[in-house]
Amino acid sequence: MSDATGPIVTADGVPLKRKLAQAMFRSRARAFGLALPLLAFIIVAFIIPIVTLLYRGVHDPRFAEIMPRTTAVMQNWEPTSPVTEEMAAALVADMVVARKNRTIGQVATRVNRELPGTRSLFTSTARKAKKMKPPYLEALIKKDRKWGDNATWQAIKITAKTYTPAYLLQAVDLKYNADGSITRQPERFRIYMKLLVRTMRISLIVTLATLVLGYPVAYLLSTLPVRSSNMLLILVLLPFWTSLLVRTTSWIAILQSEGVLNNLFVLFGITTDQQRFSMIYNETGVLIAMTHILLPFMILPLYSVMKTIPPSYVRAAKSMGARPATAFWRVYFPQSVPGIGAGALLVFILAIGYYITPALVGGEDGQMISNMIDFHMRKSLNWNLAAALGAVLLVVVLFFFWLYDRLVGIDNMKLG
Amino acid sequence: MSTVSKEDGFVVFDHVQKSYDGETLVVKDLNLAIGKGEFLTMLGPSGSGKTTCLMMLAGFETATHGDILLGGKPINNIPPHKRGIGMVFQNYALFPHMTVGENLSFPLEVRKMGKAEREEKVRNALDMVQMGDFINRRPAQLSGGQQQRIALARSLVFEPDLVLMDEPLGALDKQLREHMQYEIKHLHDRLGVTVVYVTHDQSEALTMSDRVAVFDDGVIQQLATPDDLYERPENAFVAQFIGENNRLVGVVRDISGDVATVEVDGGGVVTAKAVNCGDVGGRTTLSIRPERVKVGADDGPNRTDAEVLELIYLGDHIRCRMRVLGNDEFIVKIPNAADNKRLVVGEKTTVGWETEDCRALDAS
Amino acid sequence: MMIKKLIAGVAVSALLAGAATAGTITVVSWGGAYTKSQVEAYHKPWMAKTGNKIISEDYNGGLSEVKSQVEAGNVTWDLVDVEMSDAVRGCDEGLLEPIDPAILPPAPDGTPATEDFIPGAITDCGVANIVWSTIYAYDTTKFKGDNAPRTIADFFDIKKFPGKRGMRKTPKANLEMALAADGVPSDQIYKVLGTPEGVDRAFAKLDQIKNDVVWWEAGAQPPQLLADGEVAMTTAYNGRIFNAVAAEKKPFKIIWDAQIFDFDVWVIPKGAPHKDLAMDFLAFSTATQQLANQASWISYGPARKSANKLIGTYHSDPSIDMKAQMPTAPDNFKTAIQNDFEFWADHQDELNDRFNAWLAK
Repeated sequence: MSDATGPIVTADGVPLKRKLAQAMFRSRARAFGLALPLLAFIIVAFIIPIVTLLYRGVHDPRFAEIMPRTTAVMQNWEPTSPVTEEMAAALVADMVVARKNRTIGQVATRVNRELPGTRSLFTSTARKAKKMKPPYLEALIKKDRKWGDNATWQAIKITAKTYTPAYLLQAVDLKYNADGSITRQPERFRIYMKLLVRTMRISLIVTLATLVLGYPVAYLLSTLPVRSSNMLLILVLLPFWTSLLVRTTSWIAILQSEGVLNNLFVLFGITTDQQRFSMIYNETGVLIAMTHILLPFMILPLYSVMKTIPPSYVRAAKSMGARPATAFWRVYFPQSVPGIGAGALLVFILAIGYYITPALVGGEDGQMISNMIDFHMRKSLNWNLAAALGAVLLVVVLFFFWLYDRLVGIDNMKLG
Repeated sequence: MSTVSKEDGFVVFDHVQKSYDGETLVVKDLNLAIGKGEFLTMLGPSGSGKTTCLMMLAGFETATHGDILLGGKPINNIPPHKRGIGMVFQNYALFPHMTVGENLSFPLEVRKMGKAEREEKVRNALDMVQMGDFINRRPAQLSGGQQQRIALARSLVFEPDLVLMDEPLGALDKQLREHMQYEIKHLHDRLGVTVVYVTHDQSEALTMSDRVAVFDDGVIQQLATPDDLYERPENAFVAQFIGENNRLVGVVRDISGDVATVEVDGGGVVTAKAVNCGDVGGRTTLSIRPERVKVGADDGPNRTDAEVLELIYLGDHIRCRMRVLGNDEFIVKIPNAADNKRLVVGEKTTVGWETEDCRALDAS
Repeated sequence: MMIKKLIAGVAVSALLAGAATAGTITVVSWGGAYTKSQVEAYHKPWMAKTGNKIISEDYNGGLSEVKSQVEAGNVTWDLVDVEMSDAVRGCDEGLLEPIDPAILPPAPDGTPATEDFIPGAITDCGVANIVWSTIYAYDTTKFKGDNAPRTIADFFDIKKFPGKRGMRKTPKANLEMALAADGVPSDQIYKVLGTPEGVDRAFAKLDQIKNDVVWWEAGAQPPQLLADGEVAMTTAYNGRIFNAVAAEKKPFKIIWDAQIFDFDVWVIPKGAPHKDLAMDFLAFSTATQQLANQASWISYGPARKSANKLIGTYHSDPSIDMKAQMPTAPDNFKTAIQNDFEFWADHQDELNDRFNAWLAK
């Protein structure tokens, strides 16, 4: 028997709180054990790659690793002061090693990004480096006048930084200079902000279009008798079972200037044979194809939410004197908002990272930011910039998550 | 108020039929007149057509044939929102995204009522159901009984002449349900509003209603006051559906005045009040309420042998299952009075009943 | 009958090879008619001769896969057909195995390989097999007789030759063609392009047709764009257009003015799983006879002088003299521009960025 003031104990004298904690721990441990495989999978397959990728956006140790002497010397050099013999000697020494290890190309590629034309400067100088004799600065300049140019060394100073904001800045059309200042990219190189804005615009339009097209379908699905609604649901899901590529290319067949739709337009005299509409290989094509492809992602969350709204709500509203439109807007619509939120967020986030469809039907004015990431991953091999662009995209997505949470509340989201 | 003519009925169903599939009728030729201020309950098992009738009245279903009149005017072609009928739904249908106050204010807003007036009416309606303190709560924060009250208040706040209630107490536990029955009844008495109430719970129907329409198979089997319904069922379905009932089936041998002599299939002859039994030679169902049977009667009419098969102690009375005239399910309720003799299982005794307590009904 | 023979041949060679050291190498190339020509001229004879097997994979060019494989230490490709600029760059970055030219067989007349190959065809890490070229082609049903385009300037003349233009979505070749169309002689192109004014001039020329351009990326696209009527004329790889004309009887014509030719190069990724077999196949496939044989399947010129002399007719149509279809044929070669991989290695990042920004404008 415990007295009134002491802690409550169980029959065997263990304090109740501890006993409870033990019991809870066991069930929690079991729950954790069940979730562990998934958690491990997410960490290995999702978190680690993302963190690694983002890390690449600010971390570029190539120059510092391959050219350690130069890197050390460059630390103390002011971008405006004259080039010293010490720097030249370090550079030549590093080049000899890099040439032997066949790593000079990596350095050349890296510096070339900061100052176009330095690639061949590095590779050709490295070939001669072994034979160079002091004074090295003179020898370098004799090989190529560019070595006497401060711009070359400024480019080296920028690349010698292991952790650099240069890629992130470039991803938002800014330029990181050797003296640490940040300026806008020259007008003819500005592209990423423009693409980011376009990506958002396309994503927003696609989201709105899927909402406008999907809402009535989802409503119909949720009100039809089970047999017909299942049939309709299969029609909605059918595109899911068709390859994305097939769906996109079939839009090409329909929308191209000699395509089905244009032929019909010509047939019915809406346009002439010479002035066929351009509906593909431009932004219009991207909007049409993406809206079609992403429509199920809007319909399904909407449907799953609408299914749970009993018809008695609208009936109640009508019985109280609300016209059908009022009953819809004041009673039905607000209850479908969680579905709209989930569908819109899903479609928007999918759209913002969309890549195959714009690549295939986008032409030049339908390209999105992911196509640029793809370009830097596969073509220019500038993975650091690709990572930085990915980071910018991630920030945008997170911003929209935050916005959604503020406006709708993330716990209001219903996906199924 | 036991009958309301078609002419002075506030709500009238005139030869109304309803079919969903074009093959079977869910409501078959319904004729019903409900008086102003009346509390009428549509009672029946599920699938009997009662809810369909209510939905037609509310305007959510259209009658396949016939007219529905409200205040003398046909409303078949008037959409629900113009009918001005209040309604309480089975699951209350309180709008989850609005507070209690906004829920109640909704019917007033769509009527373009001024803010001050709205607030006053909402307050009054909430006070009426003793929920004044809950005006800023959301429906999800209320208990089932509280939601029920709010639904009730919402259906009444715009002062409709007619309120429909579709099994409004179905989701409540027994005690709360009984309590709410009285509250609804009292509200009805106080406001004088006409109520059409749908339920499958016969005790609810008997407790609250002025009149009860018993539905089965799309047809009103009997329309009567609660006591008439219980005491004087007009057919075997109503007798069986309302309250507990012993059935004996047999053949009518003689009818003199309103007394029928019936030869029961299990052997023996019984006299009964001829209500709905057809002619001599026809089959009939006899209905006797368990509490009208006397046990151990020495004399009197319809005295017959009985054997006690089972006894169930229920506190205020003892429920006794007996074999009477070949029926093993014959139930007798014996009041738990001090002077009553205790029976034991297997005991042979006699039972008897008054002729007018035994009603000879149709053969179904 | 053919197939039976083939199966029998493979089976026999497999048996023979079973005794020796049979291996399988993965050879990666550009797909379509081009890969087919390599399979016919290189793969099949080599498999028959050595008993080894080849898995043929397709890709779309670039070094990204090679880079991923090498950096991950999980190389699955043994031999890759790349553009010259990628071969040089991959070599510089240590992604490729060095190749000793001594393994290459001499010409039939005994000329050493290093002299038999066209200058520039052999680099530290790569051996060229063909010369290919970026040209432009048009649909002969759209432009006829005197109205047909003849020079590179015509490609940029929308007024005189209306219709959409197809161009590869890259600054490479397009900037050269733009300058050539603007009157820069072929041997001055890279000199002009090396100056900021030259780049501005090239983009200004491209501006004139920008709104009428459909951009393509894969080599199979331009003949398709022409066939679908999406474009009236398009830049393309000459072999693809030849294939569409010879094999599919499409009404296309190639304009060789200001063609930009380049080598395609065999390279071996660093750490390739079957490096020695890959070297053997590389030496075999760049022998004079195999290169000459390939030329009967597709109109890409052999990288060996000795092979050029042996070029015959199209494999399925003896009326087509393949010599005349080659980028190196004298009639085609007058204003040819050799792709300057050094220039592109130095400037492609900058020009890509500018090109992308220009496109998005």
